[in-house]
Amino acid sequence: MKPIATTRSTSGMPTGLLAIWWVVGSEIVIFGGLLGSYIMYRLSHDAWANQAANTNTALGTLNTFVLLTSSLFAVLAHRAAESGDGKKAARLLYYTIGGAVTFVCVKAFEWSTEIAHGYTITSNTFWSFYYTAAGIHALHVIAGAIIMAIVARDAAKNMELQRVELIGIYWHFVDIVWIFLFPLLYIAK
Amino acid sequence: MIESIVPAASSYAWEIDYIFTMIFVLTGFWFLLCEVVFFWLIFKFKAKDGQPAEYITGSEPHLKRWITIPHVLVLVCDLFILTAAVKVWYDIKQYLPEPEKTVRVIGQQWAWTFVHPGPDGVLDSSDDIRTVNELHLENETVYHYQLESVDVLHDFSVPVFRLKQDAIPGRVITGWFEPTLEGEFDVQCAEMCGIGHGLMGARVFVESAEKHAAWMATQSPVALAANFPAQRIGKE
Amino acid sequence: MAESIPSDSPAVADDHHGHEEPSFWSKYVFSTDHKMIAMQYMFTGMAMAVIGGFMAYAFRMQLAFPGIEVPGFGIVTPANYNALVTNHGAIMIFWVAMPVLIAAFGNYLIPLMCGCDDMVFPKLNRLSYQIFLLSAVVLLSSFFVEGGGFGGAWTAYPPLSAKAEYSLTPLGSSIWLGAVALEFVAFLLGGINFITTAMNSRAPGMKLYDIPIVIWMIVIASILFLVSVGPLIAGAIMLLFDQQLGTAFFDPARGGDPVLWQHLFWFFGHPEVYVVLLPALGITAEIITVFARKKLFGYKTVLHTTIATGVLSFTVWAHHQFISGVDPRMAHVFTLTTLLISVPIAEMMFVYIATLYGGSIRLTTPMLWGLSFIAEFLIGGVTGIFLGASGADIYFHDTYFVLAHFHYTFFPIAIIGTFAGLTFWFPKMFGRMMNDRLGKIHFWGTIIPFNFIFIPLFVLGMGGQHRRIFDYSYFPELSMPWMQDIRVLATSSLLIMLGFQVVFFYNFIVSLRSGEKASKNPWKSNTLEWTADSPPPHGNWKELPTVYRGPYEYSVPGRDEDYWPQDQPN
Repeated sequence: MKPIATTRSTSGMPTGLLAIWWVVGSEIVIFGGLLGSYIMYRLSHDAWANQAANTNTALGTLNTFVLLTSSLFAVLAHRAAESGDGKKAARLLYYTIGGAVTFVCVKAFEWSTEIAHGYTITSNTFWSFYYTAAGIHALHVIAGAIIMAIVARDAAKNMELQRVELIGIYWHFVDIVWIFLFPLLYIAK
Repeated sequence: MIESIVPAASSYAWEIDYIFTMIFVLTGFWFLLCEVVFFWLIFKFKAKDGQPAEYITGSEPHLKRWITIPHVLVLVCDLFILTAAVKVWYDIKQYLPEPEKTVRVIGQQWAWTFVHPGPDGVLDSSDDIRTVNELHLENETVYHYQLESVDVLHDFSVPVFRLKQDAIPGRVITGWFEPTLEGEFDVQCAEMCGIGHGLMGARVFVESAEKHAAWMATQSPVALAANFPAQRIGKE
Repeated sequence: MAESIPSDSPAVADDHHGHEEPSFWSKYVFSTDHKMIAMQYMFTGMAMAVIGGFMAYAFRMQLAFPGIEVPGFGIVTPANYNALVTNHGAIMIFWVAMPVLIAAFGNYLIPLMCGCDDMVFPKLNRLSYQIFLLSAVVLLSSFFVEGGGFGGAWTAYPPLSAKAEYSLTPLGSSIWLGAVALEFVAFLLGGINFITTAMNSRAPGMKLYDIPIVIWMIVIASILFLVSVGPLIAGAIMLLFDQQLGTAFFDPARGGDPVLWQHLFWFFGHPEVYVVLLPALGITAEIITVFARKKLFGYKTVLHTTIATGVLSFTVWAHHQFISGVDPRMAHVFTLTTLLISVPIAEMMFVYIATLYGGSIRLTTPMLWGLSFIAEFLIGGVTGIFLGASGADIYFHDTYFVLAHFHYTFFPIAIIGTFAGLTFWFPKMFGRMMNDRLGKIHFWGTIIPFNFIFIPLFVLGMGGQHRRIFDYSYFPELSMPWMQDIRVLATSSLLIMLGFQVVFFYNFIVSLRSGEKASKNPWKSNTLEWTADSPPPHGNWKELPTVYRGPYEYSVPGRDEDYWPQDQPN
């Protein structure tokens, strides 16, 4: 049985929505701390540009495209959920998960190539940041995909449709983090 | 107040003692005022039969000023402290007078190595004198120190000089002091540096020019070679 | 008496939430009830406080009588000593102050004072406690691995903390760091719950300015925690990689920068002080208004100064790093912000003192704790000015002056604040009154020795005694007889203080079993939790209350009673 507290909305905003924004807020400062540290280091180490030259910009661009497309599906899923069409929302969420899986596969290919070429997490602090930041981000992608699968399963039965929007907000956040990571790690050479 | 416990042995020690006394007086005043009013209120308004509490919201102007006036006064006191802090900090940490001599201070787990300029007064020349846990200084001489660390963070702290500075591996931090009192004092490591942190003490010897020259003479390579066994025994 | 409140129906035991008797496990261990989770946090925090106190006993004995075999511990080696001080600090802040002040009181009070039946995410709440418990177990396990517990100070500055060859605790330091990171995760989950519950689940009619100050304080503290901890979580991951994978984020020899950690740490570390301070201030506000029968002197003033303090707390972190080799010009900026933050805190103290004016003060045990919080915290506040002023900090940095200063802030927060809250809400939590006489004996037996521990340490700090040294006999100027006498004085005071805690535990257990039955509202308080049964059943009320006014309407002219509960229509 759900507590009555869960059903209240004193602030005028649904509780789930409120909570997800606080989650995103706390995540922003985690990535903010990491990327802030990276930028400070990068500014004082010009030589890192040579290291960054060894990242695979083409695959990075592909992944950016994949994530943006998956975010589009998340938006469409939200719209479908709002109109009460849980089946369609679930289907669109599965497309989003497909994007996440593609992203992780491309990432795995990229990393194995780089490690095979000798660029490991300990080679240089640039690579340490590269693997740490992208790794934490990839964990968020995987976690997001798992939660999305649960939400989609419920949505297909027209249950908890409001959660489609919540996971969508989280997914956009994961996407935006990548929008920051991509230029910082791949393009700035 | 500090100098009654720890001697003031550098040219800027008085500034620290002065700012301490100043903050002590200002904050002490506020502290005593608060505590006196606080205890007075507790005794004055202790519950008595038939005397209900007053209904005060805190927005009554004649009462609210008891908060706003102290509020402004605290701000004024802060300004005084700020001015003094900026001045003292500038003199000690930011301003670097021309040095007469330079010493190198190297921290490592868990000892201090001091590199003194030899009789020629120049660091990094052939007559440099390296010592472990013993720093010899000439009184009333402006020194620069170059602080280094070979492993973890250390902190070069000489309480009688009112001097404290972290040593960071990979960096050379330059600062200054001018000893003004002859004697033998403690040097501490004031940054947690591992198991031996509690043993990482050294001694600083502030000597007159003659005594300092005499000490340097005993440290010349020739003198050391001649006296090595004797001196070794003498130290132990 | 409370029974005269019209909305009260005769108290009947818990009967409206299911009829089957819950099993022991689902009632005490896997409960999602906010009150049970609060108790779990409270008792875990107390158990950790006993461990942290035992550590203090061990290293204080070593300081007073270097080299003796401490009864119950044994010889304190330098490695032991470092591990003890490191973990004493970490435990008292992360595993005592945080769980008790924020999590226990937050969990207990937010739903009850906001007039709802539970937290908005009860399962998340339970998960938060379970992660917290796990973090405590992980932390304690670090003492039993090869190399022993981490001894690099609770600030864990690299390179010492980053490399096993320096710290000599190859596993201990990683386990310690992992435990801290887990604890952060637990409080992030808990914090989101606190914020959303207070924002979204208040009783009908409870407007923003009708929320009791303690709820505001816990919510603002949770927000401060949430916003400040992120960079340190990132830093903890980097440090963990440095320790275990061999990266060089903080290794200067390979392009890293150890000072970066200090920034990440103190960007969190300073707001963290306010994270634990604010709930304690809130508890004090509730207590002094009830026992002075007075409205808070300027509710909005308190709220606004709290918010100002919270915002400013993000701008002061580098005052911990004045002499750590950062650009000397930076010191001026951080001295300015640090002195600025003293203004709202001073104002808050003035407001609390002014609240006593015109009151009808009853010196019960909770009131004594509440008042002593103000009296003692003032010392912590004014001594902070010495350290925030860059010029004076050159001398005081890393001396016992710093140590005494922050114990004068953290002791009032963690110990006085906890005892204040516990003695005040004990009747509500357990349905029985605590023995007032024993409570007062415990109070005086704690407060007086406390001052005799730390006032002398200020003097040692002025004498240049630096911190984290297991034996001062290697420093001739610090091993003078008068200094050793002071160390013995501080240690003996600590022993007396620890001894008096037995009185508390005795009182706690005896009152729990056979104390006088508590009515719904024994203190004649206004806030909503006192309209529920003592102790409140699962679900708190049969019918959730509605709020008609602010929480501090005491001694309103023209009323028979000198209090006016929030849920009473007129």
